[in-house]
This record gives sequence, C-alpha cells and structure tokens, in this order.
Amino acid sequence: MSVIPRVTWFSDDDRNKIIDEAKQILEELGVFVENEEARELLDGAGAKIDGNRAYIPTAIVEKALETAPGRVLLYDRHGEIAMDLGGDRIHFNPGSAALRIFDRDSGDARTPVTADVIRYARLTDALPGYAAQSTGVIPGDVPENIADSYRVFLGLLHSTKPVVTGTFRVEAFAVMHSMLSAVAGGEKALRERPNAIFDCCPSPPLSWSDLTCQALIDCARAGLPAELVSMPLTGATSPVTLAGAVTQHCAENLSGITIHQLAHAGSPIIYGGSPACFDMKKGTTPMGAIETMMIDGAYAEVGKALGVPTHAYMALSDSKPVDYQAGMETAMGAIVAAMSGVNNISGPGMLDFESCQSLEKLVLDNEICCMALRLTAGIELRDDPVALPVIAAGIEKKEFLSLPHTKKWFRQEAYMPGDVIERGSLEQWRANGKKTAFDRAGDQVDRLLETHEVELLDAEVKKHITGLMIEESKKAGMDKLPST
Amino acid sequence: MREHLKSCAQAVLDGESEIAEELARLTLEKKMDLLEVIENGFVAGIREVGKLWEEGILFLPELVMGAEAMKAAMELLQPALETEGSDREKVGHVVIGTIEGDIHDIGKTLVATMLSANGFKITDLGADVPAVRFVDEAEKNDADCIAISALLTTTMPGQKKVIEELDKRSMRSRVKVMVGGAPCDEKWAAEIGADGYAGDAVAAVSLARSLTGRG
Ligand code: B12
Repeated sequence: MSVIPRVTWFSDDDRNKIIDEAKQILEELGVFVENEEARELLDGAGAKIDGNRAYIPTAIVEKALETAPGRVLLYDRHGEIAMDLGGDRIHFNPGSAALRIFDRDSGDARTPVTADVIRYARLTDALPGYAAQSTGVIPGDVPENIADSYRVFLGLLHSTKPVVTGTFRVEAFAVMHSMLSAVAGGEKALRERPNAIFDCCPSPPLSWSDLTCQALIDCARAGLPAELVSMPLTGATSPVTLAGAVTQHCAENLSGITIHQLAHAGSPIIYGGSPACFDMKKGTTPMGAIETMMIDGAYAEVGKALGVPTHAYMALSDSKPVDYQAGMETAMGAIVAAMSGVNNISGPGMLDFESCQSLEKLVLDNEICCMALRLTAGIELRDDPVALPVIAAGIEKKEFLSLPHTKKWFRQEAYMPGDVIERGSLEQWRANGKKTAFDRAGDQVDRLLETHEVELLDAEVKKHITGLMIEESKKAGMDKLPST
Repeated sequence: MREHLKSCAQAVLDGESEIAEELARLTLEKKMDLLEVIENGFVAGIREVGKLWEEGILFLPELVMGAEAMKAAMELLQPALETEGSDREKVGHVVIGTIEGDIHDIGKTLVATMLSANGFKITDLGADVPAVRFVDEAEKNDADCIAISALLTTTMPGQKKVIEELDKRSMRSRVKVMVGGAPCDEKWAAEIGADGYAGDAVAAVSLARSLTGRG
C-alpha cells in the first residue's frame, strides 16, 4: 500500500492545546444562540443559559463528539456511494451560491439566468473530478426569495450527483427536503442514503443566528448531513493570528456539533469552514491567500483529531477573470487541501471571493482536481523487485516504450489530462490557432454541453418536484417557471 | 494654535484615542475655537487617513483606529458645540443597517464607522432590520440619508421595500437612499430607484457627502 502524501500542521502538544482552549472558550465565554429550541436543548443537557448566551461544559461537548459519526456517506441518484467522507479521502465539488457568472463573450461577470444554472449542473455532471454538484449559481430570473430552493430543483433535474447546498431562509428547508426525498425514494430512503449536504454557518465570533441554527437542527432530525461553515476572518471577526483563528474555528465547530448531536445523536455532521486571512488593504476575504489555506489545512487536522469528517472552501480564486491568478490560487488551494486530507473540498469554478462562477474555469479546475486526486493516491511500488528487471530489459532494447511492463502500467501511473492542458509541441500549438487555456476551456465547455447526456429523472419524480417548485414560486408571486 | 491643530490631526492619523480625547479636553479647557479645531484639526486628520488608505499606504486596522480616535474626540466636542449653538454647517444624519433576513454586518459596520469618523451622525440599526424600521428611524431622527446593506440575493429586494415605504409616507424627496453589499451594483441601485451605490467604505463616504451635501 502506498503512503498518502500528507502535511502536518501542529505538534501533538500544540494541537491538543488548541482543542483544550476551544473547549475552555465554550465553558467560559459561551456561545450566543438566537434559536430558542437550541437553547432549550443545551439547557436540558446541563449548559448554563444566560439570556441568549449558553455556557457549555466540556462534558457535553465530549459526549457529542462521541456520538458524531466519523464517516459520512453521500449517494447519487442511483443510490450508489458518491462520497465517502472520513479518514484522508478527498472529494471535490464546485463552490456554492455564486451571485454572478463569468460571461466568456463579454469577458465580464453578469447575473446568471436559469439556462446558466442548467449548463452549470450538466457540466458538473460530466466532469469526473467532481464527486458532487453544488447549487453553485443563483439565477436572477426567478423571485430572489425562492433562489435557494429553485437552484436545488434545477440541480436535481440536470445532474445525478449528490448536492452540496444550504438554505437562505428558515422556510426553505421543508421544500428542499421534500424534493430531495422524492429523488431519493422517500424520507426513509433519504435518511439511509442522503443525497445532499447542507451548509450551516455560525457567525463569527461564536454566535448562531436563528436561521443557520434552525437549519442545523432540521438537518439533524432529517438525518441529512450538516456541514459547519465557520468563517473566522483574521483580525476582523477573529484573532488576527492564524493559531487564534484555528482555535476560534474549533470552538465554533464544537458548539455546532453539540447543538446538532443534542437535536439528534448520531446524525451526520461535517467539521468545516470558509475562513479567510482578511485583507487589511482592501477589506476583503481572500480565498486565494496562502494564510487562508494554512488555516484551512490546520483546522482539518484538528477536525481529524476530533474524529469527524472535514470540509473546507479551497481550490478557488479571488481573481475576476479566468487568468494566471485564477489558476495559481486554485491549484495552490487544491494541493494544500489534498495534502491536508480535507474530505470535502468546495470551491472549483469560483472567482471573486466566492461571488462568481465560470463554466470555463470549472473545466480547467477539473484538471486540477484530477491531478490532486492522483497526487493523493501516492506512489505505489507496483513490482518487487521495484525496477531492476525492467531496467535490464530496457537496457537491452535501448528504450522502454515497447516493453509490456510499460503498456501494463502507464495508464495507472499517470493521469491523462484533457485537451485543455497543452502538452503538445510549439508547432501544434501554432497550428491549432495559438489558443490559451481559457480558449481551449471554452471549446471544451461547448463540446461537453453538446455531447454529454444526463440521465433523465424518473417522469413521476420530475412531475412531483416540479409541482412542489411551482407551488413555491406561486407563493413568491411567479405563476410560471422559466423553461427548464 | 497651529501646533495644537497639528497634534489633533496627528492623534487621529496615529489612531491614538486617548491622546485625541486628551486634546479634545484641552480644547474645551482653553476655550479654543471649536469649529477651527474640529475642521482644521481632527477632520483634517481623518481626511488624511482616508486618503492614505485609498493610496494603499495605510491598512484597515489603521483606518479603523483612526476613525475610533476621531469618534472619541467628537464625543467630547459635539455636546459643547451644541450648547455653544455654534453653527458648524449642520452635519448629515445617516440611518444605516443590514436589511431584514440578512445577518452580514461586517461591511455595514465598516461603512458606519467611516461615515461617523467623517462627521456624519449615525444611527446604526444593526443587522436583520425590517424595511419599516429604517423609515421609522429616519422619520424619528429627521435623517438625511438611509444606507442599506444586503449581502444575499434573497434579501436584496428588501432594499427596494425601504424605498417603497419612503414613497408611501411621502418622505422620498427628503431622504436619500444609498445601497451596498456584494450582490449590489450601480445597475441594481438604478433599478430600484436608489440614489447611489458604493463599493467600499471610503467610497461610501464620498457618496454620502455628494448625496447630502454634508459631512
Ligand atoms: C463573512 C461572510 C459571512 C459571515 C458574516 C459575519 C458577519 N458578522 O457579517 C456569516 C458566517 C455569518 C455568513 C453567513 C451566511 N452567508 Co455569508 N458570506 C460571508 C463572506 C465570505 C464575506 C462577507 C464580508 O464580510 N466581507 C467583508 C466586508 C468588509 O465586505 P462587504 O460586506 O462586501 O462590505 C463592503 C462593501 O460591500 C461595501 N458595503 C457593504 N454594505 C454597504 C452598504 C452601503 C449603504 C454602502 C454604500 C456600501 C456597503 O462597503 C463594505 C466595506 O468595504 C461572503 C462572500 C462575499 N463574496 O462577500 C459570503 C456570502 C455573502 N454569504 C453567503 C451565504 C449564502 C451565507 C448564508 C446564507 C450561508 C448559510 N446557508 O448559512 C449565511 C447567511 C445567513 C443570513 N440570513 O444572513 C453567500 C451569498 C450568496 C447569495 N447568492 O446570496 C456569499 C456570497 C458566499 C457564497 N458564495 O456562498 N456569511
């Protein structure tokens, strides 16, 4: 067996110190919990409640950690395992909830429409680097207040992969849950073979809004995996030191796990986040900062030590167009995430601090993800002796290309990138019109959208979830949905 | 006096709240010309801070600390100014908040801090604020401007609701409306009939100045 290449961020002592201090923070500083039900759960378990603030004794936190599962499985539309979260296994999915889409023709970001969301879902379905889809772009042609459920609806129609999503309003959970159940084959089936992850964000520092806390509780009860997206922003909403941010992140996640496990012990939960090394010049939240990636990798190590699956917003960029910066930041993030063993990595396709998605970048990033997946497969010895007889044969033939050994292994040893990666000669590049990676990605987007066929959703199920969606949109004042 | 003005500006530039407070106290004790000290001392300092930030020389913590020092001084000088009945051109009053359903408040708070540092009177309603409350507070405080932050696609329409509420109460002509936050842009501002959009806190100050003619 090969060794998975891994980075280590802390000594055991330092990591334990961070975890202990996080627990101490929950006991001494407490968490602000707006949600009444969550306060009641904490109260019932023995936390001290003072107004909206809950002081959580370490014993309760530790009990929650005991019941939280160490492995979380996600299933595709056929009920096959698509993600196996836990250990050092890594999976990619495109970043979620972009406000805009990058328009290839105008070279600028714009508001997406339903057709963009469908193209995005189909493309994600086609690309092998993505284990899951995400409700990645918010269409502007439906009422803003149904944006959260509508994007899940489109995702379920146009891709078979599980969905990484989240609610924007408390009321949205019910209809999203109904649609996901319908696709999974009922509520019980959904519980047994969940097809979606819900992001739930605590507000830094150490506070749970009513909405996100309700989502956490709803997920726990429905058995749908909840993903804690804690986001300390260094020097803005958390200590400016990286270790301080990791500690606050740990305390926020522990509070989330505790509330979640109190709502339903044993329900799946993921230790995650989207922190940033706050940019002190521009006042922005750069996902492409190396320090952001360091915080991510470091907290993943803490999450592993706590025995829960991990997640991070990595492999994305703050650049506006799909350019050098976009590729650089995305690839750095992907590799740091992979080598930190982050189980669920959200981000590919994204630009502009999680604000913009690009189909072309989604295609390019797929190559980064595939390469990162190759990297984490490590180096295997394949033969014993490792090389001596093959080298002997090579010496004899004066080359290796014609050796059966080469034919036997070359496909497994090397990842074969798609056409967007240029590995041809200068002459070929010239002959092909001197295209850039972005040009080639555009060609690939067009080709895949033309040729890739997404298996149709069962007609009955489709009718059912369309009915649910129409009901929602009527409530929001729109009688007819855009053509899907 | 010139030395004193320079010290006041410097205290703000250095983000030294305690020194700024001390200088404000001295101003009162020595019965110096309040308007002169504010305009050519503290305000000059905060303008410089904003300029240096835009030029990329100062960083956010320095910008915010400068604003805090400014606030600390003004808290002492403002009441004196009012009892003196001095007519420093009436300051603009801005009612600011993040719209209902939205808890993103980092950007909003930065904008509020910078506006306040630049002489605006601020009523900060916090986050998750219903449209009606913006208008209630604007009415109560006779405000010149409402500033609404929205970071979510689902909450943006709330900004429009504020404008509709202003219309309903026939207050629209008296109260300017500015909007901001990640999903907003010039186009959105125009679409909902807001008076302006700004992309960051320093731009928000210029916008507020040009909209209200004050600050
Ligand atoms: C930090 C953050 C959070 C924190 C907020 C903490 C806090 N106390 O504010 C937390 C974790 C709580 C959070 C929660 C959620 N978030 Co959030 N969050 C962000 C993030 C990463 C950064 C925002 C930020 O603070 N930036 C730094 C500040 C300084 O910048 P700013 O806010 O833009 O403000 C500047 C300017 O815009 C301007 N400005 C701002 N307001 C105003 C107002 C006026 C009048 C003017 C003139 C100017 C102005 O000046 C400011 C200073 O320069 C953004 C990503 C992004 N691209 O913005 C996502 C983002 C906004 N969040 C998002 C989402 C989805 C959520 C959640 C719904 C997630 C969930 N399912 O739980 C919840 C929201 C719950 C709710 N009901 O509000 C999405 C929105 C997607 C969409 N299509 O609507 C984004 C875009 C990320 C993403 N792609 O998923 N989030």
